[in-house]
Amino acid sequence: MATAVRPVRIVVAKVGLDGHDRGVKVVARALRDAGYEVIYTGLRQTPEMVVDAALQEDAQVIGLSIHSGAHMTLFPAVVEELKRRKATDIIVFGGGIIPDDDITALKKSGVEEIFTPGTPLQEIVDWLRKRFPESATK
Amino acid sequence: MERRDPTVRDLEDALRSDSRLPGVTGFTGAPGTGKSTLVDAVVSLLRTRKQSVAVLATDPNSPFTGGAILGDRIRMQRHALDPKVFIRSMGARGHLGGLSLASREAIRLLGAFGFDEVILETVGVGQSELEVAAVADTTVVVLTPNLGDSVQMIKAGILEIADVFVVNKADIDGHGRVVAELRTMLNMAPKTSWKPPIIPTVATRQEGVEQLWVAVLAHRTHLEKTGKAKELSERRLRDETAEVAAELARERTRRALREDPTLAERLLKDGTPYRTAEEILRTRTDN
Amino acid sequence: MKVRARDAKQAWQEEFESSPVREDGIETSTISGIPLEPLYTSADLPRRAEEYPGQFPYTRGIHPSGYRGRLWTMRQFSGFATAEETNRRYKYLLANGQTGLSVAFDMPTLMGQDSDAPTSRGEVGHCGVAIDSLADMETLFAGIPLGDITTSMTINSPAAILLCMYIAVAEEQGVPASKLGGTLQNDILKEFIAQKEFIFPPAPSMRLVVDSIEYCAKEVPKWNTISISGYHIREAGSTAAQELAFTLADGMAYVDACLERGMHIDDFASRLSFFFDAHIDFFEEIAKFRAARRIWARWMRERYGAQQERSWKLRFHTQTAGVSLTAQQPELNIARTAVEALAAVLGGTQSLHTNAMDEVLALPTDKAARLALRTQQLLAYETGVASTIDPLGGSYFVEALTDEMERQAEAYFKRIEEIGGVIPAIEVGFFQKEIADAAFRYQQELEQKRRIVIGVNDFTVEDEEAIEILRIDPRLESQQAERISEVRRKRDQAKCSNALNRLRKAAAGTDNLMPYILDAVRAYATEGEIMHTMVEVFGTYTETAVV
Repeated sequence: MATAVRPVRIVVAKVGLDGHDRGVKVVARALRDAGYEVIYTGLRQTPEMVVDAALQEDAQVIGLSIHSGAHMTLFPAVVEELKRRKATDIIVFGGGIIPDDDITALKKSGVEEIFTPGTPLQEIVDWLRKRFPESATK
Repeated sequence: MERRDPTVRDLEDALRSDSRLPGVTGFTGAPGTGKSTLVDAVVSLLRTRKQSVAVLATDPNSPFTGGAILGDRIRMQRHALDPKVFIRSMGARGHLGGLSLASREAIRLLGAFGFDEVILETVGVGQSELEVAAVADTTVVVLTPNLGDSVQMIKAGILEIADVFVVNKADIDGHGRVVAELRTMLNMAPKTSWKPPIIPTVATRQEGVEQLWVAVLAHRTHLEKTGKAKELSERRLRDETAEVAAELARERTRRALREDPTLAERLLKDGTPYRTAEEILRTRTDN
Repeated sequence: MKVRARDAKQAWQEEFESSPVREDGIETSTISGIPLEPLYTSADLPRRAEEYPGQFPYTRGIHPSGYRGRLWTMRQFSGFATAEETNRRYKYLLANGQTGLSVAFDMPTLMGQDSDAPTSRGEVGHCGVAIDSLADMETLFAGIPLGDITTSMTINSPAAILLCMYIAVAEEQGVPASKLGGTLQNDILKEFIAQKEFIFPPAPSMRLVVDSIEYCAKEVPKWNTISISGYHIREAGSTAAQELAFTLADGMAYVDACLERGMHIDDFASRLSFFFDAHIDFFEEIAKFRAARRIWARWMRERYGAQQERSWKLRFHTQTAGVSLTAQQPELNIARTAVEALAAVLGGTQSLHTNAMDEVLALPTDKAARLALRTQQLLAYETGVASTIDPLGGSYFVEALTDEMERQAEAYFKRIEEIGGVIPAIEVGFFQKEIADAAFRYQQELEQKRRIVIGVNDFTVEDEEAIEILRIDPRLESQQAERISEVRRKRDQAKCSNALNRLRKAAAGTDNLMPYILDAVRAYATEGEIMHTMVEVFGTYTETAVV
């Protein structure tokens, strides 16, 4: 059996209508620097577009960013779309301005982790490393 | 597949021979030339002709961490959710056997899925444009008037790989100068049976895209008529086999050194990579 | 005397160098990375004639009387949920002493789509008020006499439509357009650069901006037709110098576009206004505001040959920095905002929005909104800072920093010009890359604790007390959708589609589009319908990927 290098591929998307991409770009760079392949899909992605991209790109992870307040609608919609496309092996995390109560509800709906503003980038990287230990990059 | 999963081999057997190969066109150019927009425009054109298209877009990886940010999908938003358009981003590194090997496998697979056209897009830095040219039937080199890159400064080797030149952003100043300089340069080049045409485009307005595709198809016909197409595909098959062999050998060697400490110790002590490699390849097999 | 002065400086230098310094690893450069000396002296003062407020180049302010003549306008940006609820909040703020209105629209409105569009899902009324047609605008300003107040509207791609709605509401109130005062953000270039709420490609976007400037110069002469904004550039992560340079470069691009249209510089220049961020690095911000006035005055007079003094004066609104607020220990945001507001005042702002402490979590509650307004009132009436004009003028440090800001901005102008101007620079992603680089650099400084944000990477507390936040009723979306169908049902359908058809035709030609948009608005065409009509002609824009 060949021990193929399997870099973790992460589709990073901005869902919702807002265009605040500062956070998503900083996170994308940090993930790249941690050795991940980040596919940035750009602004205003619908849940259908995000899941389609993740499937075409053979990604293991979807990272969502939002600042418009529509997270309670859009994050669960991505999880639902993954179920509909039978791709529940792809895990979803999110970031943005999200109040604590909403975080609890989002995790219940199937979003694995939520990172709010002020989270050290290293915390996101550590979480991914823990989640994908077998393909940890150097 | 670009992760070189061992299952690729089985897949290859399943797909063999009866699957049709799609037309493969490579697009390369410096950052900022509007290459992605142009590819997006070509995809739109092909879709109006009811053809299915796959785009394999390559971005460079960080030389330090191996990570990458692949952003070419952004340009192709309007084709999102179109099942006849497949977009796959690839890091230029991290493919054992190089990008060209991974792309060839992908192309075969896409052909089997019935895709009519495959577009390989790569930024013209490092080696990736050469790798793309090695895989594509037709290589399109994209230039623009506004990046201060006068034609004299075009990276060495680019002229040789171009089958079609595009001068994009033909609506801005300096466009005529770039075309003229390019023409002079092409006239000085040794005569060959195919003279690369120069196509002005304004990709953002879908202008010149039809002419570009006419040129691509003309080149494809030229390859077929002159027998070059057959020659190319045979050569590629041979090259590819050699690349796969090299990769298998590399993998076998690494494993032997990992699994056989005595062998590894002897190598370190004697400092004899040649002899060790020969020995491994002679005596060891995969499984 | 001179010799003794030098001796004193040398003595200080020696003492300073032998004194222990803090070794906490924290940067001594400004938050934007400008290296700072421990001390500034008369040697750092520029050699130039003494400057006075109200005189070219206005470094010390555009009014000879500073805030002694008139305080800054306290203009709190607000809007949420439905037009009715926002109307109530406006009346509350006006009753509490606010002197101007500032409308925040929700995301679907900002993106030119109706509340019942599929992609409006989950967004209606969240970041501001939902406005779909003239009917909503009528409700928004019900009982508020538009002839007596000034209104600022933060909207860009669909700016022309919302301005037309405002004009139409005024008409209904019997207020002629010539009496209307206020500001339209209408700054599409910074959308391409930073905030990314663009719809059309750059060329037709610029046409709409110039159309509205040209129209207002004739019909709504007291209206500030554009608020050229650095705020969003800064919030996207730029440095202070980038904010300054990119904003002024945008301003010049608008001037160029108006001149190209055949307008005369003095006919529109005085209606251009600016909007800056007041970030947490106190002195750097003051220097930024002072440099902005000086640079703009010089360019307007010398490069564009403006004859009238009012064309040289850069007037600006300021908002304290949203990005400086923290969700952790949010009460601290009151202190941050106060410091930032003070910088804006010392920098000579014409109007000011102070953020509410809970704005990082959600829309402000009534109480938080009032505290924010009170902070401004405290600065104006308790602290005494409004009594002296440009009180920091002549400060060795502030003057040196002002010059440094100006120098860095000029260097950027040169680079932008080399690329071929603002729009080509947008298209190759120049600004986007500069900003993303700066944002990433800052984030790394935080990670390495070379910069401290209280409550975030130091001085944290374990158990945060949750603060009360304002929530938007999820039923709002369907209510607003019903409202649109009612408008569509009740309006004169033929009149509406005729107006849209005329707009479509005009968009394909070169006419000023404002009268056509106004007609469509009066016929109760929805914002989404008007935008869609223009998209059919103009197409949409996708940005260059710069990560």
